[in-house]
Amino acid sequence: MTLTVLKRIIRSGLLSFKRSGLVSWAAVLVVTITLSVITLIIFLQAILNFSLSQIKDKVDVTIYFTVGAPEEKIEALQSSLEKLPEVASVSYTSADEALALFRERHKSDYPTIQALDEIGENPLGAYLNIKAKEVSQYESIANFLKSDNALVLGSASIIDKVNYYQNKLVIDRLNTIISGAQKLGFLITLILVIISIIITFNTIRLTIFISKEEISVMRLVGASKAQVRGPFMIEGVIYGIIATLITVFLFWPAAAWVGSNMTNFLGIDMYSYYLSNFFQIFAILLLSGIILGIISSILAARRYLNK
Amino acid sequence: MKVDAPLQCPRLFRNGMIYFNNVSKVYRDAAALLDVTFTVEAGEFVSVVGHSGAGKTTLTKMILADENPTNGTVFFESINVHKLKSKDLTDLRRRIGMVFQDFRLLPNKTAYENIAFAMEAVGKTDEEIRSDVPHVLELVDLGHRHSHFPSQLSGGEKQRLAIARAIINQPELIIADEPTGNLDPVNTHEIVQILKKINDLGTTIILTTHNRGVIDSVGKRVITMENGKIIRDTKHEK
Repeated sequence: MTLTVLKRIIRSGLLSFKRSGLVSWAAVLVVTITLSVITLIIFLQAILNFSLSQIKDKVDVTIYFTVGAPEEKIEALQSSLEKLPEVASVSYTSADEALALFRERHKSDYPTIQALDEIGENPLGAYLNIKAKEVSQYESIANFLKSDNALVLGSASIIDKVNYYQNKLVIDRLNTIISGAQKLGFLITLILVIISIIITFNTIRLTIFISKEEISVMRLVGASKAQVRGPFMIEGVIYGIIATLITVFLFWPAAAWVGSNMTNFLGIDMYSYYLSNFFQIFAILLLSGIILGIISSILAARRYLNK
Repeated sequence: MKVDAPLQCPRLFRNGMIYFNNVSKVYRDAAALLDVTFTVEAGEFVSVVGHSGAGKTTLTKMILADENPTNGTVFFESINVHKLKSKDLTDLRRRIGMVFQDFRLLPNKTAYENIAFAMEAVGKTDEEIRSDVPHVLELVDLGHRHSHFPSQLSGGEKQRLAIARAIINQPELIIADEPTGNLDPVNTHEIVQILKKINDLGTTIILTTHNRGVIDSVGKRVITMENGKIIRDTKHEK
């Protein structure tokens, strides 16, 4: 395709958009609705991911060591745990720190503090706090602690207890809820996106249906398929660009309002999220709008181009 | 243009521009054309006359390969038009100018743009378009209406615009399907005169009409159709 043909197609598409008036703006409106649905999905995914990460952060596994367990053995276990691909972080709390924390936690509980003072020595052992990358990975970390590798390190004799087994039921249930929420989120996203695409496709098909006669005349005067299809594709691109601009413009004050009024409820400031991810969101919407416009135009025009 | 060798026109008719060889077109419940055979020589002015439903429009659509025959073959300059690939068909249509009863102008384009589009379709340059379009608009007396949309033109003006679009690329053949069907007698006379002038300059013309007055005014070869058949093919002198 020569530059002249391309120039003519672009000019023709722009003119056609301008002259189609209400029909063009109806198509822009529908694409805007589709892009708004996509933006809402992006926001909902952000809220879901934030909530899930909050829940995930609250889950951990703690290994309690026996009183007087040698520090070098604990450190050896810590370093081998850190090498596991499932482990996000391992934090060590010495027996003294554990005692200090215990005292701090129970400072208003006089009988407990008095009992502790009467014992005289530190009754608490050191512990390792482990955070996995995913909630589902705690089981494999627990299995590692039971495995030969851990025994080789001599850690079996110094471990008092691992609280994974006490929390297993809660962790498993949480894991099911998180994975269910993610699957449900994906399914809802998929359904909404498919519905939006079908509505957009049908609207653009309707705008091209109105031009059915025009297409047949163009073909009869000898226009090639590209010359007929091209301007419709350009119109599709224009729908996408204008709809993207309207969507980001509309969501700006909406995100600001949600950010200032619902941050406590949602746990995430949507306005900050919108601003910090603005270019990513803009690119996703622009690309979706343009691709949607072009593909719908090609499919709709193809029907009348076969003669 | 690519041609399948066995689908070449029979030797006897190779000098003709158009050759219909036993062409029939049968729709589900009716036959639009029945065993139609005729030849049109280059430079002829052929009027096809008949009542509504006689098969005139189907006949013109066959030449453009806008309809496929149920039986028989249509040749344009020895080429079977119904065996052409999409690109070759586009090339063929570029060599034929079309004028329709309902004008078939592009509603979203101005008079100037309607003609320019036909030139763009055949790959003419911007300079050629800028120089030829105003000239042809003047020729059909629409120079002052160049920026008007079809909806802003009268029936006669629309048809003159359609003729301007048909002749702009200097086609070898013009097919005018009931071009005066929607026009008053004054405009009808004007359109017939324009077509005759175009024919005098060497362009072959096929005109379909149900108006005997138009046939008398043209005064050339007349093919009369009835129920999809050719019942008469005569030279008609005014």
